[in-house]
Amino acid sequence: MGDPTDPPDPEGRPGGIREPDPTLGKPAKPLTPEPFVQQPREPRPPRSGPSHAAPSHAAPSHSVTSHSTSRTSDQRSPEPRASEPRQPRIRRQRVVLAEPSRSSTSLRARVELEQQTSWGELLIKDLVKVQLRTAVLLGLLVLVVLCALPAVFYAVPAAVELRLAGIPLPWLLLAVAPFPLMFGVGLWYNRLAERRERDFVNMIEN
Amino acid sequence: MQVNPWALVSVALVVVVTFYLGHRTSRFARSTHDFLVARRTVRSRRNAAAIAGEYISAASFLGIAGLVLKEGADALWFPIGFTGGFLALMLFVAGPLRRSGAYTLPDFMEARLSSPALRTASTWFVVFIGVLYLLPQLQGAGLSLTMIMPTPAWVGSILVTVVIAYNVMGGGMRAITLLQAFQYWFKLFAIAAPTFVLCAVFVTGGAGAPGSAGSLGEPAPPEFTARTTVTVDTDVTLGVDTATRVRVDDGSGGAGWTTWRSGAEHAVDAGSTLTFPEGAAVPTVDRATAANLDWLLPSTDLTGLLSTYSLLLALLLGTMGLPHVLSRFYTNPDGKAARRTTVQVLLLLGLFYLFPVILGMLSRMFVPELLITGETDAAVIALPTAMLTGVAGQMLAALLAAGAFAAFLSTASGLVSSMSGVIATDLLAGKVRDYRVASVGVAGIAVLLAVTLPIDDLALSVGMSFALGASTFAPLLVLGVWWRRLTWLGALVGMCTGGGLVLLAVVLNAVSAHTGGWAPWLVERPALVTVPVAFGLTVLVSIATASRVPEDVGAVMLRLHAPDPLGFMRDRAVQRFGRAEEHTRTSQGRHRK
Repeated sequence: MGDPTDPPDPEGRPGGIREPDPTLGKPAKPLTPEPFVQQPREPRPPRSGPSHAAPSHAAPSHSVTSHSTSRTSDQRSPEPRASEPRQPRIRRQRVVLAEPSRSSTSLRARVELEQQTSWGELLIKDLVKVQLRTAVLLGLLVLVVLCALPAVFYAVPAAVELRLAGIPLPWLLLAVAPFPLMFGVGLWYNRLAERRERDFVNMIEN
Repeated sequence: MQVNPWALVSVALVVVVTFYLGHRTSRFARSTHDFLVARRTVRSRRNAAAIAGEYISAASFLGIAGLVLKEGADALWFPIGFTGGFLALMLFVAGPLRRSGAYTLPDFMEARLSSPALRTASTWFVVFIGVLYLLPQLQGAGLSLTMIMPTPAWVGSILVTVVIAYNVMGGGMRAITLLQAFQYWFKLFAIAAPTFVLCAVFVTGGAGAPGSAGSLGEPAPPEFTARTTVTVDTDVTLGVDTATRVRVDDGSGGAGWTTWRSGAEHAVDAGSTLTFPEGAAVPTVDRATAANLDWLLPSTDLTGLLSTYSLLLALLLGTMGLPHVLSRFYTNPDGKAARRTTVQVLLLLGLFYLFPVILGMLSRMFVPELLITGETDAAVIALPTAMLTGVAGQMLAALLAAGAFAAFLSTASGLVSSMSGVIATDLLAGKVRDYRVASVGVAGIAVLLAVTLPIDDLALSVGMSFALGASTFAPLLVLGVWWRRLTWLGALVGMCTGGGLVLLAVVLNAVSAHTGGWAPWLVERPALVTVPVAFGLTVLVSIATASRVPEDVGAVMLRLHAPDPLGFMRDRAVQRFGRAEEHTRTSQGRHRK
């Protein structure tokens, strides 16, 4: 990461990821996710039987929340307005029309990315740059180690005759050692790349 | 020819199990989505086993031990390069390639650069690389079958072709995924168990084990441990380092003991029988390393250094250009899974490659007569019977032969499946029927070539496919994923020049092999020149044609690199290939527009 040729990281870009647009996290009006409640559309038949004369408390349908479905029979069906005729008790059903999106701001950031606004493009360019830098550095690490081996054998021919516990050193270096090295670097890259992606998603979504 | 009944049974079992698994899983494959990318629902663990199973071909299972027998420490770069190729693939390509949503390699090219010309050109290169890689698999299958039963070589090639064509036709990628995953674990067992047994035999000095591990360090050639008779099947020229007594019987009745002087070349006709007394130095065919000390130590001259670098470059970058490897990556659910799959592939391959190296070292001590006939690829299968007499040796040989057959089957089915996918979507209409037609066509052409063409050095031809992949698709993939200014003209020029140079090397190599082997090392391992040329030309021409940078490059880059949870990944051509319900399923959830 400390490559001097890289552009210097400003304070606002830890790990090379740009801080979000200050307006990004502040929606114009706060919008709380609200479950949609289906209202029965058909005109309700008036009931005039004396058996339903018990007083009932009204609850405006706009503020119905999830507990409305859990009402039991002793809570009588509300009467929306005094002018309307009394209605029979109808079990309200909650109908979710769509998966609630995580937040409206995440939607905005997404649109920003998708519309290729200058800010969205900068964000994605930064992500690409960071990921590429990680990949190149780790790839160079492995390449330098591997390419150093034949170079060492070439430069110091005596090195090839060293033995470790009776086995020639070159065989250990070539037949065993590179595989744990490559697996380790693979794991490391995977961890780094996933962390960057998580950071990026977190930044977009809040 | 001595028929090994155990080997016959085990190879038959592998073929039957392959056939059955493919037949069973084919029932779930219906749409083109199934056939091309197994519905993109393969979990990373199974996919990693399938990728490793497909990747461990005959060149790995038989070839590496043979190369270690012949070339010694210098051959150890092959397993390193084979594994390192996946590291490069993971670092630079895996995630973005999957997020591109492409179905095939040409599909990715078109998605990135929207050029039909580039798409057509890359289609032909995919088919060419695939056939170049498929040929040694089929020929190797024929060769191994002749080792366990007295049949002509074409029987094995046709047997393998029929099994894989049936499986690929029946279920495409859906059918072969489980198959290849199973075959990885089978191959690991088939090579690990004999290695442990033979090592134990070697250490405890079991049946006829000569000398100790230190004997390989002697600056002398390997010796015959008993009076040995070798039948030569093809004309060879042999050389010895020390004066050697030998009895040559060329079938004309003029048999007699002579002494071969060191340094001189001795031509031996096909059909001759050579008998060596106990303790005689093993002669070698030309180009093989005669003395043990040269064999044991890596080469320390400049040619060896550069040739090693060239090989390493070809293998590291060539893996990402192999069509059957890439097509397995499209079966991951998303980019993150593609990356995780590759990490596991690194582990599985590293585990596997320990064993062929050990077998190669053992075969240098126990079956040195293979150096005379030059059939070093047979080392793995010949070793157990040479070390263990009786049923035990035969059973281990049977296990190894079965593993080799699994290697042929899994690699060949991956190649046929990926090529069929490319041909069906790019040259035909892309329906399931086209896929089946393409798979039959590809398999038919490949087996025809495999039977008619002479059998070349298997490892060389596989090495050339890697060089070809590294010089054609590697620049396109790496630059296409990371560099915004790539243009289709630059990509086309780079791909054709790199590919053309490698093909030139292939031709020169063939000419040189028939006219005395004058070609320098660069012709045999051309990647050190062709890969930089391909990369350089791609960049230069792209910069020169900067006006042709596609307009939607920003959107494409967003799709390639945006993390999966944001849901920008959109599979290409779902409308074209997916069924209606498939389409509604993918248009919900992650694929919100």
